Amino acid sequence: MNAPANIETRQLLNGNHAVAWGVRLAKPDVTPVYPITPQTPILEKLIEFQSEGKFAAELLTPESEHSAMAACIAASATGARVFTATSSQGLLLMHELLHFAAGARAPIVMFNVNRTPASPWGFWPDQIDSLSQRDTGWVQLYSESPQDSLDTVIQAFRIAEGSMLPVMINHDAFYVSHSVEPVSVPAPGLIDEFLPRVERPMQLDTGAGQSLGAPIGQASWNRTRREMAAAMETVPGLTEAAASGWRAMTGRGGGVLEAYRMTGAEVVVLTMGSMAGTARDAVDRLRDEGIAAGLLKLRLFRPFPADELRAALAGVPCTIVLDRNYSPGMGGVLHQEAKAALYGTVGAPRMHGLLAGVGGVNVDVATIARLVRDYRNADPSPDAVWVE
Amino acid sequence: MKDAMEQVASRDAGSAAEFDIRQYVRLDQMPHFLCPGCGHGIALRALLWAIHDLGLDKDKLAVVSGIGCSGRLSAYVDANSFHTTHGRPLAFATGLALARPDLHVIVITGDGDSLAIGGNHLIHACRRNLNMTCMMLNNEVYGMTGGQVSPTTSAGRLTTTTPAGNSEPVFDACALAAGAGATFVGREVTMQIVALRNLLRDAITHDGFSFVEVMSDCTEIFGRKNDLGSSPEMILSQKSAMRPFAYRNTVDEPFRPNTMPTGVLARHERAEYGAAYREMCARRQDKGAK
Repeated sequence: MNAPANIETRQLLNGNHAVAWGVRLAKPDVTPVYPITPQTPILEKLIEFQSEGKFAAELLTPESEHSAMAACIAASATGARVFTATSSQGLLLMHELLHFAAGARAPIVMFNVNRTPASPWGFWPDQIDSLSQRDTGWVQLYSESPQDSLDTVIQAFRIAEGSMLPVMINHDAFYVSHSVEPVSVPAPGLIDEFLPRVERPMQLDTGAGQSLGAPIGQASWNRTRREMAAAMETVPGLTEAAASGWRAMTGRGGGVLEAYRMTGAEVVVLTMGSMAGTARDAVDRLRDEGIAAGLLKLRLFRPFPADELRAALAGVPCTIVLDRNYSPGMGGVLHQEAKAALYGTVGAPRMHGLLAGVGGVNVDVATIARLVRDYRNADPSPDAVWVE
Repeated sequence: MKDAMEQVASRDAGSAAEFDIRQYVRLDQMPHFLCPGCGHGIALRALLWAIHDLGLDKDKLAVVSGIGCSGRLSAYVDANSFHTTHGRPLAFATGLALARPDLHVIVITGDGDSLAIGGNHLIHACRRNLNMTCMMLNNEVYGMTGGQVSPTTSAGRLTTTTPAGNSEPVFDACALAAGAGATFVGREVTMQIVALRNLLRDAITHDGFSFVEVMSDCTEIFGRKNDLGSSPEMILSQKSAMRPFAYRNTVDEPFRPNTMPTGVLARHERAEYGAAYREMCARRQDKGAK
């Protein structure tokens, strides 16, 4: 179903400018951002919107990403809707405050452009920057394309404000951030309805005289993590609800997992980010050859949607996980997580973890099709394999 | 008087005839990535010229840089080089200088690198007074990421993040360094390459932490955005804004009414931290041996 033309306009946008459009429509109150390649076009576009009087957020450009996230947490604690964006080294510099933001239950939405961390220096698409932040308490979503990024950044505010957890959305450097495609931009009125302002339970309020972040005892600290666990449990449902609301409005997008040609699939590619788009074409090619291939694109990575993955892979004999990231000493992060989610379940598929595209190496349609042909009948291996 | 003039002239001419920059740069890294008209190349030339004049052994030279346009310069120097993270070259250099006091440690940094994200490290390097030289290239902008506001962007200037003109106050980097306790502080413009070379020579031979701010020009991004003309025009306008510190309270003042002091702005003696630390360690070892 396509949305009526009068509620959306088509624009030629790169991934970062699509994010900026999504943020403009979501109307945050405060937006502290520090420039970093390849995120900077998000910041610059927002400033352009602001200077045209189309974006009313307070835009700060502090002295570092660490300071940007500190400003985000404090602004969020006052009840403001907060957005920021970063990439790679910037995200890693924020690490301390990522834990702090989640613990403070600050529903910040952050866009991260996945880029290789130093050293050595590189500017290539690789997801290890955000995947290495998986234990900080942030919800993580991965986007495939500029349209996906615009759609997801708006949905992310619903998830953040519904769970009182910070949300990070990621797309690949250059393959998505700087690639231009036609993008449907919803009308502002639609988004105001989709994203109503919510009353927040915990705010810095001089009237109430609350204190945030004060030292507490072991049992109370323990309770904060149990409360975060309970909040995390609500996230898959919130993600599905936001996605179905979005689909009803625009006709686009998947939820926690996006299934493609899964009916009768005997070999399934599981991946996330821009590689999902390439894998979709590879699946078509394989189906044309008579190989019953399917694709599962993981949108929600944290909390890891174990139940949804088990359900989607029930009865599938073979799964091939493609990771554009590498955790030294262990392998691909998505592979680890998927193995853990399926371990011990009845009828779990054979699983291959392939390290494809680490460091931004291009993985094209022919490569994915070849990998599926090579591995679909291979014996399962618990370890990740480097592939070309 | 004439002899003195000749002495000055010969000092300023230095060993220009013998200085061949190709002996000090990695030719396999050419062409470099700097934009046409960028002042960073002039600053690098002045630094290498000073190194040549001082006869420093390239194997005893460690050039450390951070992130930004200035960050790439370390890779062009044919010496031991370390391209570190954004804002942290002074923190890396501190470890290097403590572990290898025999090295000449030279840090190349920029205004964004050393005054924004790395401002903390700058003030502590000044306070600590370890033996190293920090050359900060100030081009008023984050050039590498495409021209965002920096802590030295002049009031009213346009950048991609200040489309209505910068409204934040600026840092005076030299005043900051002197205030934080740096024992050698100087500033020069790229137009005065001989003076810059001399200043860097003095900074490198200074015992302790030396800080040199070089007013560079970002022609392609900052200059274009602010309609500041071509590179020679930008460099000339910097020169006309400078006021050599030595001219303070002289009749020249009416002709040099501007406020950017250049030359050696602060110099004093204080214990070099590395030597003081090693001496303290030796004393403790002696005490333990008794």
